[in-house]
Amino acid sequence: MGAVDVERQGLNVFRMKLLGAKVHAVKDGTATLKDAMNEALRDWVTNVRDTHYVIGSVAGPHPYPLLVRELQAVIGREARAQIQESEGRLPDALVACVGGGSNAMGLFHAFVPDAKVQLYGVEAAGDGVDTGRHAATLARGRVGVLHGARSYVLCDDDGQIAEAHSISAGLDYPGVGPEHSHLKDTGRASYLSVTDEEALAGFARLARTEGILCALESAHAIAALPAVAAKLPDGAVMIVNVSGRGDKDMGTIAKRLGVTL
Amino acid sequence: MSRLAAIFARARAEKRAALVIYLTAHDPDGETSQRLMLAAAEAGADIIEVGVPWSDPSADGKVIQAAVHRALAKGGGLGRSLEICRALRAANPNVGLVLFGYANPIVVMGQERFAARAKEAGADGVLCVDYPPGEDGELTGALGRQGLDYVPLLAPTSTPGRIDNALAVARGFVYYVSLTGITGTALADLDEPRRQVAAIKARAPGGAVPVAVGFGIRTPGAARAVATFADGVVVGSAAVEVVQQAVAAGRDPVPELGAFVRSLRAALGPA
Repeated sequence: MGAVDVERQGLNVFRMKLLGAKVHAVKDGTATLKDAMNEALRDWVTNVRDTHYVIGSVAGPHPYPLLVRELQAVIGREARAQIQESEGRLPDALVACVGGGSNAMGLFHAFVPDAKVQLYGVEAAGDGVDTGRHAATLARGRVGVLHGARSYVLCDDDGQIAEAHSISAGLDYPGVGPEHSHLKDTGRASYLSVTDEEALAGFARLARTEGILCALESAHAIAALPAVAAKLPDGAVMIVNVSGRGDKDMGTIAKRLGVTL
Repeated sequence: MSRLAAIFARARAEKRAALVIYLTAHDPDGETSQRLMLAAAEAGADIIEVGVPWSDPSADGKVIQAAVHRALAKGGGLGRSLEICRALRAANPNVGLVLFGYANPIVVMGQERFAARAKEAGADGVLCVDYPPGEDGELTGALGRQGLDYVPLLAPTSTPGRIDNALAVARGFVYYVSLTGITGTALADLDEPRRQVAAIKARAPGGAVPVAVGFGIRTPGAARAVATFADGVVVGSAAVEVVQQAVAAGRDPVPELGAFVRSLRAALGPA
């Protein structure tokens, strides 16, 4: 894990350690997810004969994007069955946050053949997509190669990977899973972006209306709901993926609200 | 015959392995980097791998990572690497120049445009660590149209199918990565690279393609040992380290690198 994220995700690190994991803090480069992935790749090529590389997103070299999608696809298969049971029909739209894009890919996959179901991915706009401090790779990136996959990446004119920014550690990645790039280029999915501020408002709204403290990642999807709903007719059915719980983000949110825990 | 092919042919005629030196372009700065590369060539390096700094060097160990970040901090990158390449070619018409780097800067520049600019800068070939064999058609096509060589990488884990894919597009030479690992790791076991180099040569059409071995070769003794079965010996991290130590101590790194390269060259046989 990048040293910056070890700091930001202290509760998750503590949890991993309780479960017996050894967590290496990576201090190279920008000390975030991309650098942790570089270090994991270095370890993997060194110990390839007796070690397996495991990534938690639909990014990285083939076959990992496909493999992780298949593992995550249970989300969409179950959602598809449940919505038909409760609404008697397919939804009009799906909404999920996208960093590397695993929860979104997992939700979307079973619905990709259903052309009438609109797919919306929501990227992190950080301070705003025009500020240079964001993680909206599909909105502002260009086609490149990062971590063994050809996909959209955030980088400068010389091809140097940019430092991404999002309040949410899970979205703070200057690349994106290649299948999302494909869905964008083919027009099958649309990608929106939501700033840190909007995500925090989405977080608060879900907390007050549903009593759910969602992860800051998921808060991006929540925050995009009004914009998606505005494109749909009255009575439309949407599924939003609340991909994680917010316990891990309490420190970040408290700090942002100026509260000392 | 390309310049790289001619270099290997000449080394073979001299009954020695070719010496390939990797240096990170623009480390510690543009001007010194140029002097270092020229000094390496004068000290006996047949080929210089001009390391193109990239922000995410996932195939590199600590030494080259640090060099890359120093170079980037001084404004290094693909654009500057091409400028350095051009200056080297202007100063030395004989040395082999291979641009060594990662795919993203090339893809972002556009593979056709990159190939044209590399040609114009006087490069002889390109080696890129994250183009897998079989997925490199656009790049090899673009380089081929410019008459530039493409140097694929093979590793201990490369399957016969992958070896054939690489050999089908290899021009100039093949780079065999001596170990499973990143740059700067010490090479302990020579049996596997010896076997693999022989296996690669056995699969090459006519056995013709030269195979250079790199990763983990840090001393003249190691270079001499690898030269018993390889057509070329690549030294990277150890050379970068010589530069880094001199710079850190406030000394001009050029004479020290020259001395190191001469010791490697002497280990490979007479000029």
